[in-house]
Amino acid sequence: MKASPPSAVTTTRSPGTLTSVGASARQRSSWLENEAVLGYVLMTPALLLIVVFIAYPFSLGVWLSLTDKLVSQPAHFIGLRNFTHLFESQIFWTTVWNTVFFTFSATVLKAVLGMWLAVLLNRKIRFARFIRATVLLPFIVPTVLSGLAWVWMFDATFSVFNWGLRWLWQTTEWLFNADFGYFRGPRWLGDPAWAMFSIIMVNTWRGIPFFAISFLAGLQTVPSELYDAGDIDGATGWQKFWHITVPLIKPIAVVVIVFSFVVTFADFQVVYVLTRGGPHNSTHLLATLAYQLGMGSGNLGEGAAVALFMLPFLALIILWQLLYLRKEGSQ
Amino acid sequence: METRVGETFRKRLLVFYIPLFLFLVALLFPFYWMLITSVKPDFELYNTRNAPFFVWHPTLSHWWQLFQNTLFTRWAWNTLCIATASTIVSLFAGVLAGYALSRLVFPGATSFGIIIFVTYLVPPTLLFIPLASVIAELHLLDSPWALILTYPTFLVPFSAWLLMGYFKTIPRELEECARIDGATRLQAMTKIVLPLGMPGILSAGIFSFTLSWNEFLYALVFISSPQQKTIPVGVQSELMKGDVFYWGALMAGALFGSIPIAFVYSFFVEHYVSGMTGAVKG
Repeated sequence: MKASPPSAVTTTRSPGTLTSVGASARQRSSWLENEAVLGYVLMTPALLLIVVFIAYPFSLGVWLSLTDKLVSQPAHFIGLRNFTHLFESQIFWTTVWNTVFFTFSATVLKAVLGMWLAVLLNRKIRFARFIRATVLLPFIVPTVLSGLAWVWMFDATFSVFNWGLRWLWQTTEWLFNADFGYFRGPRWLGDPAWAMFSIIMVNTWRGIPFFAISFLAGLQTVPSELYDAGDIDGATGWQKFWHITVPLIKPIAVVVIVFSFVVTFADFQVVYVLTRGGPHNSTHLLATLAYQLGMGSGNLGEGAAVALFMLPFLALIILWQLLYLRKEGSQ
Repeated sequence: METRVGETFRKRLLVFYIPLFLFLVALLFPFYWMLITSVKPDFELYNTRNAPFFVWHPTLSHWWQLFQNTLFTRWAWNTLCIATASTIVSLFAGVLAGYALSRLVFPGATSFGIIIFVTYLVPPTLLFIPLASVIAELHLLDSPWALILTYPTFLVPFSAWLLMGYFKTIPRELEECARIDGATRLQAMTKIVLPLGMPGILSAGIFSFTLSWNEFLYALVFISSPQQKTIPVGVQSELMKGDVFYWGALMAGALFGSIPIAFVYSFFVEHYVSGMTGAVKG
């Protein structure tokens, strides 16, 4: 290759220009020539951030969870009393159950609906690029802001869903010339069961695009010859989906699901905006309970303990993911 | 996939057009609802009789109210500055770390890679309480710097992870050629790998920008005065005060908080998507 090197390089390299400035520049570049030194230098900014704003707060969090720290009060070490106190409280166990149920239902819904949407988007259609771009909007837009729109759609009096349901109700009455009585409609955010349903629905709505577009990227790598072969063997659409599509996009699907699982498990915004954990603390997730105890009541020790309770679940899933990646990598 | 031979139009309608249409309606309806609510006069908003899907007497009074009587423009400016600054910080640290982890052999490189991956999966909700104490110790509470410095905690691992994957696709030979021609290691990185990695860096940047624009928890906890708030926190906390919600202005706020980021996104759709799928694949 005869490409001429940049002029700066030739000057530092030629012996004639070894002035004192040149010498120090040369010295510096020579220790940066050492791969290990350069490696550590390049890692420094990232590691510094991680140490100051992740590792240190993490250990501080562990310490706080072992104290009775209140806002602007000195902390006293109280051992595991925050945890034993939590284990005795009904709200805490409701919250743990909510978090598991919420994460599981929302992830399954997102995976199934996202897969369906991905298959639909994988067809050759007009405006495909435009439709794909539009589909991602729920994922792009600030969750809190779209969440506010959902709060308004779930409004106790002016809910658009209840308006639609009432219209259906009255139309049926009119069709059958019957009187079903007054239609109330679900109290979307006012009733514990409906409130849980609502937050799962909003979380799913927001997450479907992420699943769909990630799965779509996987689908596009599946060679179409395989489907042709399936056609020749007389496979139905379902058979082709289960025996060709699913096995081939499994590696991507696993990573997407794990990633979404972590994010859903730690969700805060949807619940905070829609219900604040209400009615009667029935829809708290670990994150919102930690916020309510730590920031709302100023009980930092107990809040930190609740937040830390996410760790065993997350650690398990991260460990599993690391082992899975290693296994995939070694193959 | 091509439209299959022998597939009737009716079947296509049933298994394809109708489901796709329903998906689009379900995914986009909340945005339509923001728009239509923000231009409805109050007597149409608070009325359970008429069909709520249309507006009969459109008005811009809620928009006017949002821009005149609230700090919305101030929040928009704060959000823009914070998102830009934290994106720059994250790209700087993320590019360097991504390069080191994908190209250089040094003791501990594998452990650093694992550290980056683990922090990538640590959710902000796990750390916000002790992090608030750290921010207080640094005297940064209620300052935009609190957010500019903490957003990189989730942006840097993400960017580094994404760029690691991207840099690996750039052939090593290009760098080796440059080194034979006399370039230093640093020059090989800045003159060869970084320019070729520009699409990846752009992906990481655009993704980081949208994540910072949308961040809620840290902004809620670290910022308290109305003038310092970002759009998501400002709209949520300042426009929802008291018992009476001004839904017209609230939805106008939600709409105008979403439009800028949707606008930015529309220019970089491909980069955004490749960032998203790339980060998943690693």
